[in-house]
Amino acid sequence: MLIPYISAVGSGARQTSRALADHRTWRPMLIPQMLRLGVQSIPIALFIAVFTGIVLALLASYIFTGTVPLYFVGALVGKTIMMELGPVLTGMALAGRVGASIAAELGTMKVTEQVDALETLAFDPISYLVVPRVLAATLMFPVVTAFAIALGVVTGWITAVNLLDLSTIEFVKGLRMFYVPKDLWFGLLKAASFGAAVALSGSLRGLSTAGGARGVGRETTRAVVLGCEAILVLDAFWALVLL
Amino acid sequence: MIRFDNLHKRFGDRVVLDGFTLDVPTGGTTVLIGASGAGKSVILKHVVGLIQPDAGHVEVDGHRVDTLDRDGLAALRCGIGYVFQFAALFDSLTIAQNIRLGLERQGLDEGVIAARLRESLDVVALNDVDDRFPDELSGGMRKRVGIARAIALRPRYILWDEPTTGLDPVTSATMDDLMRRTTDVFGVTSVVVTHDMRSAFSIGSRIAMLADGRLRAVGTPEEIRDIDDPLVRQFIEGRAE
Repeated sequence: MLIPYISAVGSGARQTSRALADHRTWRPMLIPQMLRLGVQSIPIALFIAVFTGIVLALLASYIFTGTVPLYFVGALVGKTIMMELGPVLTGMALAGRVGASIAAELGTMKVTEQVDALETLAFDPISYLVVPRVLAATLMFPVVTAFAIALGVVTGWITAVNLLDLSTIEFVKGLRMFYVPKDLWFGLLKAASFGAAVALSGSLRGLSTAGGARGVGRETTRAVVLGCEAILVLDAFWALVLL
Repeated sequence: MIRFDNLHKRFGDRVVLDGFTLDVPTGGTTVLIGASGAGKSVILKHVVGLIQPDAGHVEVDGHRVDTLDRDGLAALRCGIGYVFQFAALFDSLTIAQNIRLGLERQGLDEGVIAARLRESLDVVALNDVDDRFPDELSGGMRKRVGIARAIALRPRYILWDEPTTGLDPVTSATMDDLMRRTTDVFGVTSVVVTHDMRSAFSIGSRIAMLADGRLRAVGTPEEIRDIDDPLVRQFIEGRAE
């Protein structure tokens, strides 16, 4: 199960890298895909970020009360959202939205012979369909994640000020106390790798669809599952390599 | 000329082509008939390299398709129009964009592209559909757009996959007329896959029958009509037994 998957992803990544040279084909499709996969995903990411910030602030208060000064709430909210929950929860949500959307779209194109039609018009389907989606997701996941991180921290602050016995000065003190720039770029780097993995999984599953509507449904489900699995594996990988 | 030389192809345990051999001469229309699922569409897909044979090969104008590199295959495909059974139009693009896509790929000037777009839509008698999307058209209209997309490329060959399947008799007859006109006006060599015998006899200059993965019979429409082979007779007469 794992080895064929890694082999398929490796082969797909190789083909996608090769197709990058065919920029005349993928360049016109990049901006529309960035809007579709990135900008249109911002609302769902923000929705998740709001509740993550609230829960983290309350959880930190629950853990720290009576043992650690409460301004550490700011530190925990900031670090956790920037380094882990922001990228991972946003990635998971987008694995559902973006991964499923790509797999269903390319799967439908495959079973209705639109991919074959592209090839008969002398297009490489990898250049035309896969590269712009993978590039768009790689570039836009960090942007969406940055919005989510910002909103998560803000809602954590609002929660701390309104529901906990904490002032803005104390929250910001905690937030700044342990902050290092690596916190942010670590989270955004992970988000970029999640974007590449989710889009690649969706594209590969979509292009290997067979068997009509049932096949499209099956491959869409697989794409979401593979996207989520890839996020968890990459999350562990980056933690091992960079922390 | 397209040459199918001892073509073998299987999908899993199912043998689809088992030594299929046929020469399609330049000019005219060769119709490939055979039962549903016999492998007719698979044969067409071999011509443009969408499917690779397990054994044997296809030659187009003397070039073996299976030995072409990526650029060679792209050049070959620029000379072959492919009309898909269900049109295979890109549903996120308008009709005009569907037709322009292949022309832009060939790097043609904007003026040439605009002229080819108009001309190809005129040939298939479709007007005022440029800005519409495929799902706004009927099945017959979509097939005509598929034809317009193929002929806009000015190909040497056109491969037609079940062009009359699913159409009413009047639209089928219109489609036959369109295929004849396309072949005559643009001087292309057509290979048509169908199991519609009325259409086959109407448009074909040669008819070939595929059975059990092999060529069963080939000849002019008159020769096929007079053939003694009981399997061929059963098929063209549409008898159950």
